Amino acid sequence: MECLIGIQGKDFVLVATDTVSARSVVAMKDDHDKMYKLSDSLLMAVCGEAGDSIQFSEYIAKNVQLYKMKNGYELSTHAAANFTRRNMAESLRSPRSHLVNLLIAGYDNEQGPSLYFLDYLASLNKLPFAIHGYGSLFALSIMDKYYQKDLDFDGAKDLLMKCINEIQKRFIVNLGKFRLRIVDKNGIQDKGTIAPQPIIAA
Amino acid sequence: MARRYDSRTTIFSPEGRLYQVEYAMEAIGHAGTCLGIMAQDGILLAAEKRNTNKLLDEVSYSEKIYRLYDDMAISVAGITADANVLTNELRLIAQRYILQYQEPIPCEQLVSTLCDIKQAYTQFGGKRPFGVSILYMGWDKHYGFQLYQSDPSGNYGGWKATCIGNNSANAISLLKQEYKDEDNFSLSAALDLSIKVLSKTLDMTKVTADKVEIATLTRKDNKTVMRILPDNEVEVHIKKYEEEEARLEAEKKKEAEKKKAEKSDK
Repeated sequence: MECLIGIQGKDFVLVATDTVSARSVVAMKDDHDKMYKLSDSLLMAVCGEAGDSIQFSEYIAKNVQLYKMKNGYELSTHAAANFTRRNMAESLRSPRSHLVNLLIAGYDNEQGPSLYFLDYLASLNKLPFAIHGYGSLFALSIMDKYYQKDLDFDGAKDLLMKCINEIQKRFIVNLGKFRLRIVDKNGIQDKGTIAPQPIIAA
Repeated sequence: MARRYDSRTTIFSPEGRLYQVEYAMEAIGHAGTCLGIMAQDGILLAAEKRNTNKLLDEVSYSEKIYRLYDDMAISVAGITADANVLTNELRLIAQRYILQYQEPIPCEQLVSTLCDIKQAYTQFGGKRPFGVSILYMGWDKHYGFQLYQSDPSGNYGGWKATCIGNNSANAISLLKQEYKDEDNFSLSAALDLSIKVLSKTLDMTKVTADKVEIATLTRKDNKTVMRILPDNEVEVHIKKYEEEEARLEAEKKKEAEKKKAEKSDK
């Protein structure tokens, strides 16, 4: 039911997640933060089994921090994404695997901005835009049609808005507002929350 | 009684020394010389080849310089059998890192991981330390070209130019004199320097191409290129060195004669 959206722009990556914390069919919370800061310029958005999400992302976040302390420099986005994938793959083959889906957004000086899509079966893809959850059924086609390389922040936000509005319109579950963050050369920045346009009955 | 503190590696002597570790370092002092020099546009390792028996079948790749992965190579001084074990270990460490991060391992991490293993052998019971010193040359995206040296105790350090093995102290003092810490210190100048240092520190009258092995590491099109110099190229550098030496010698002679003449004039 959850929805994670990532869009890579010209010199940043925009990440948006829904803010609902749900148990069964009940929404417990509407200001839940599904993003984890791995380092100064690495952001991970997580959805899936609630306990697993926290356990797995904290494990990755702490290991990324440990790497920085040990070596004095940070992991590149590429290395962090592959490290996460490897841990996911190992977890998948353990008696009880972590059932979580992730987006990893980062900025580093060699690669610039990059966005990685990782699912609970440990398949990793580097993509210009990515969506996890049922939302992808409605929004991926919009991304296909309107995504352009070198989007600026306003352009990416407009595209995101189109997606969220479509999800609100067609998806049977109400996801409410979305939390926005971007990762660029200055690090991770909060961009507040946005709510989809209310549907007006015809 | 004399063997009280050196029969096991794990025991300190009353003066606080680990004799086995010191003996291992001593053993390296007798091994073939290896030297490394860092330049602006590359880095090199040069090693003395001792097995030059003409009956010896030629080694397929190189005798004393081993490649670890794309961006790094080492040269070893000490017990060759121990060195092979460590080389194997280094290659495993490098590949494990690539498996985990899909990225080549940064140089210092590889050196420090291996040194953890070396150190363990000086501490845990029933083991003898590795009788090997290693010179590492490498490139990574964090610090560019790098040169490291590690010894049997598990200590390691980064250098601009250094030497291990037989007569290394002399070589190091020579390198200290001749090394130019300048922006335009090129790899070819480093090659000339390496021949000079080897000629003056190896105990043989004349250095020949079949007695030294030289490898260089450079960057081309965003890739690290490692090259073992063929004999004829080594020969060119040796010749250049010899001509230079002969010229200096001649100059000296001339100077001496001049002085002599001046003296007799008076």
